[in-house]
Amino acid sequence: MTPLVTTSTTSTAFDVEKIRRDFPILSERVHGRPLVYLDSANTSQKPQAVLEAMDAYYRHANANIHRATHLLSERATALYEGARAKAAAFVNAPDPRTIVLTKGTTDGINLVAQSYGRTMLRAGDEIVISWLEHHSNIVPWQMLCEQTGAVLRVVPINEIGEIDMDAYAALLSARTRIVAVGHVSNALGTINPVRQIVEEAHARGAVVLIDGAQAVPHMAVDVQALGCDFYVFSSHKMFGPTGVGVLYGRRPLLEAMPPYQGGGDMIASVTFEKTLYNTVPYKFEAGTPNIGGVAGFGAAVDYLMAIDRDAALAHEDSVLEYATARVREIPGARIIGEARHKTGVLSFLLEGVHPHDAGTILDNEGVAVRTGQHCAQPVMDRYGISATIRASLGIYNTREDIDVLVRALDRVREVFA
Amino acid sequence: MSDLSELYQEVILDHNKRPRNFRVLEAPSHHAEGYNPLCGDRLNLYVQVDGNVITDIAFQGSGCAISKASASLMTDAIKGRSVVEARALFERFHKVVTTPPDQPVEDLGKLSVLSGVREFPVRVKCASLAWHTLKAALEREQRTSTE
Repeated sequence: MTPLVTTSTTSTAFDVEKIRRDFPILSERVHGRPLVYLDSANTSQKPQAVLEAMDAYYRHANANIHRATHLLSERATALYEGARAKAAAFVNAPDPRTIVLTKGTTDGINLVAQSYGRTMLRAGDEIVISWLEHHSNIVPWQMLCEQTGAVLRVVPINEIGEIDMDAYAALLSARTRIVAVGHVSNALGTINPVRQIVEEAHARGAVVLIDGAQAVPHMAVDVQALGCDFYVFSSHKMFGPTGVGVLYGRRPLLEAMPPYQGGGDMIASVTFEKTLYNTVPYKFEAGTPNIGGVAGFGAAVDYLMAIDRDAALAHEDSVLEYATARVREIPGARIIGEARHKTGVLSFLLEGVHPHDAGTILDNEGVAVRTGQHCAQPVMDRYGISATIRASLGIYNTREDIDVLVRALDRVREVFA
Repeated sequence: MSDLSELYQEVILDHNKRPRNFRVLEAPSHHAEGYNPLCGDRLNLYVQVDGNVITDIAFQGSGCAISKASASLMTDAIKGRSVVEARALFERFHKVVTTPPDQPVEDLGKLSVLSGVREFPVRVKCASLAWHTLKAALEREQRTSTE
């Protein structure tokens, strides 16, 4: 379903059964049935290697970083800085110093809004987002608008869930200072043409933040090829633990930005008269971070970089294609979001059944999906609906998972016949 | 394993499909809007109080089967009762749906079909949305939420 791969490469190069064995929770039973986990866009499951890395950190390396002279602190610092270097390689950032470790995507967007946005924007400046955005890529900008008098502009989407690129071009102007869009929509799975979005924004002198939370679990990302100024994502959607994320920023921008929060580790020297801030990226990392989580995140990056990502994507896309075809066959099913380039997400409705009821019945059949508005209320409003059933995929899902989903949906239809 | 048939009983499915008192009251004495941000359920509740008696009650909105059936059953149960009785019934209903499933609960007649939500903790808010909205309407709050 993406132009990056051809369908002929599916399944042969990628051993999904081997992948599944890496994820202990996939052998869990729920309500007496084998778990079918179709909620990875919400949060992904974690492979053994990630669990072990966090366990090993607490057993053999637990200490604070950058502060002490003892061996454990050296180990902890090496793990933490090692993960930063891995993250840089993971998105092809030019330098580990362009990688700020955050609490997650939301934290990264708020950091850019408050540090970059609050310093650089004036009343009347404009921020452009799209109709597809997750609340975390809407609300921080609305807050910034309230603080600065800047104006939020929203690019509409078409009926199949794609950003209207003509409308985007028309919205850009000399007043546009920031463009913030998702790489992949969490609600519909649309892959946005981020490279074109970046080019057009740059032609107007705006900086671009890409929310990559839903992209990095599925596809290899190269921030230099995209040309974006900021790229943010979360560990927990890419098979790492919760509470850790990455903000990539172009170095001149990060250098020019003031600190986000004050505290320990982000300073070079503190006196009551004047405090000198630490260098990039440390000036953005106040306080003791989630070191154990970062160790797990580093292991998640290793895990993803050790697999053939194009083959994994081809596998996932073949499962998505299969799921789309199977759900489309169900009488009364309506798929929401049929963009030409999609990955990982199938959002749909069943006629006469509220998604919340479907979610309860699916759960009872062992199938975990998300139902609701997916933190994307404007997307729901766009289609005049209040919620969808969302089946979302990870590298470990199979066609058999989809077969169980479809059987469980039959059960939903029986109850509401 | 939680029993689905306990949750989706015939009475609930029927009230979901054909909700009673599903209309707008023009110029009611009390009105409130209920909203469950978790799932987007929304309902408008209209209450006509004359003297101390709820002489008419109606609702409109969109929501899951549980929230819709609960609103429908509530309007049937409340119509003709006094405000004091309605408030007392709110307390009794609330107790029934929030008591752990292994403990006995009071029999509330038709309303007891909703006691099945106790097995499904995330659905308790669906069953109680209409009741919270009623409480708010009687207190003349304009908008309520189960959050």
